[in-house]
Amino acid sequence: MSQLFMFEKPLGMRDTLPELYEAKSQVQDAIETEMKLWGYQFMDTPALEYYETVGTASAILDQQLFKLLDNQGHTLVLRPDMTAPIARVAASKLLQKDLPLRLAYSASVFRAQQREGGRPAEFEQIGVEAIADESVSADGEVIALMVSALREAGIKSFQISIGHIAFVQEFFLQILGTEERAQALTKFLYEKNFVGYREHVKSLNLSSIDKQRLLDFLKLRGGEEVMEQALCLIENEKGREAIQKLKQLWDIVVDYGEQANLKIDLTLVSHMSYYTGILFEVYADKVGFPIGNGGRYNLLLEKFGKTTGATGFALRLDRILEALGELKKEFTTECVLFSGERRKEAFQLAKAKREQGIKTLLQDIQGVRNIDEFTGQFAEVTFLIGKAGKGS
Amino acid sequence: MMKDLITIAMPKGRIFEEAAELLRQAGYQLPPEFEDSRKLIIDVEKEGFRFILAKPMDVPTYVEHGVADLGIAGKDVMLEEERDVYELLDLNISECYLAVAGLPNTKMNDVAPKVATKYPNVAARYFREQGEQVEIIKLNGSIELAPLIGLADRIVDIVSTGRTLIENGLVEYERMMTITSRLIVNPVSYRMKDEQVNELVERIAEVIERKG
Repeated sequence: MSQLFMFEKPLGMRDTLPELYEAKSQVQDAIETEMKLWGYQFMDTPALEYYETVGTASAILDQQLFKLLDNQGHTLVLRPDMTAPIARVAASKLLQKDLPLRLAYSASVFRAQQREGGRPAEFEQIGVEAIADESVSADGEVIALMVSALREAGIKSFQISIGHIAFVQEFFLQILGTEERAQALTKFLYEKNFVGYREHVKSLNLSSIDKQRLLDFLKLRGGEEVMEQALCLIENEKGREAIQKLKQLWDIVVDYGEQANLKIDLTLVSHMSYYTGILFEVYADKVGFPIGNGGRYNLLLEKFGKTTGATGFALRLDRILEALGELKKEFTTECVLFSGERRKEAFQLAKAKREQGIKTLLQDIQGVRNIDEFTGQFAEVTFLIGKAGKGS
Repeated sequence: MMKDLITIAMPKGRIFEEAAELLRQAGYQLPPEFEDSRKLIIDVEKEGFRFILAKPMDVPTYVEHGVADLGIAGKDVMLEEERDVYELLDLNISECYLAVAGLPNTKMNDVAPKVATKYPNVAARYFREQGEQVEIIKLNGSIELAPLIGLADRIVDIVSTGRTLIENGLVEYERMMTITSRLIVNPVSYRMKDEQVNELVERIAEVIERKG
């Protein structure tokens, strides 16, 4: 191993310098405020969890987990997402009365380091979980809330693609007959390999009608009309039900008046394997990766001992900031520069300004070497230098 | 306001001309000096395209990070890099294949079989699937040298005519898979710029269909 330089930090870790911190907390505030306005309650969980519980329940791949040992020999993980820890708390503590729960979080999550840049090993997620409510209205609510939160954060151009994993499973099962064959085909979707998908379909021993159906499946992307096209392809009851749910969801989002950024994409499958129904991703201009994702997960809570469904989403703060673009340098802090003689006066002035909500910094002139450069950083500077009544 | 340019990452070298030809056949007007330019970024505003000229191995990287919306990449590169991008079309151009080659009448070393290649992931996966664990040595070019001077027992490389192998006295032991070029797209561009992407895909798909 090579000698580390003093400026180095572990691979994939990033500092948040004051300017970025400021921008980040503004976005965070805007999103959190919106979530609270919709009645979601914020909570926090520990950064470390047991590998055997939260680690295995989470949908993040094993090799992406940061693992360590505690002094009793248990394997611990740095939480790779917030959904699994919240499911643990909900199932063991909060769901005693089986009433719908609306929870929210804003926290750092950890994914093992990657050689290449552009993929932080620690990043912040803000999200909500609507637990123990299996109605489509809950799915509609989280999507509408996500749209409004993004708008509050200042994101102008974004798009949400909604899919339905149960539809994909039922559709493939209907044509291919076995779970195993359906999974083989789903893998191509998961790998985003449409060329491989088509080749695989052509190689299957199926009627030409069924082959065509499987090929047509790849075209199930677009607006509202896609749901009708899907109904023409699917024959089994569970698959139809999935599309009916999707239609209900669409109507609910229309009633919220938020359908403008919505698209249907039935080819969407997620690496988050705990999703059981509706699932979605959200994309923004100028960011090469999704800025958030979510969906319904009806089996996760069972792993923690409660049989009930849930739905939610998580937004990535780092990517939202990327979508917002260049940080504007804003001077909002004022400065009172004083010398010993007028110290008390300076303290009183600063206090008065702070009471008005003005960010005010006090600085003894003796502590500054380059006055011009120093004062250049502030919106306004008051000099209280020398004997009172003299000087400026 | 003018529509944003669609950025397409093109592989320099072997595939470039065939790829440009395909775009022309799809009815896109590319300037005649397109192929000769030494520029790395070429804007064709009339068609709404910005082309970036990249090393073939790097094309999926540009596309995954979203600095290019689309790209043209060999299947060999896709298999090696495993990037999170959509593979939309098989362009059926630049056909070649991946093969295992070595000196004639030789066996792999029993204790430490060594394989030299530009595709360490593909090679390791291939031998693992055959139930063999091999030691991979990564090279960046002139792979045929490796068995000739005793660096490795076998090489894994792409073969188009087989001439290079023959001229260097090597033989093909196994044909691994056929390789063609693919049209790939960034998952976000696939949604945010769906109209432009869909149009390009349809026009190119038509040409491929016509050629059969």
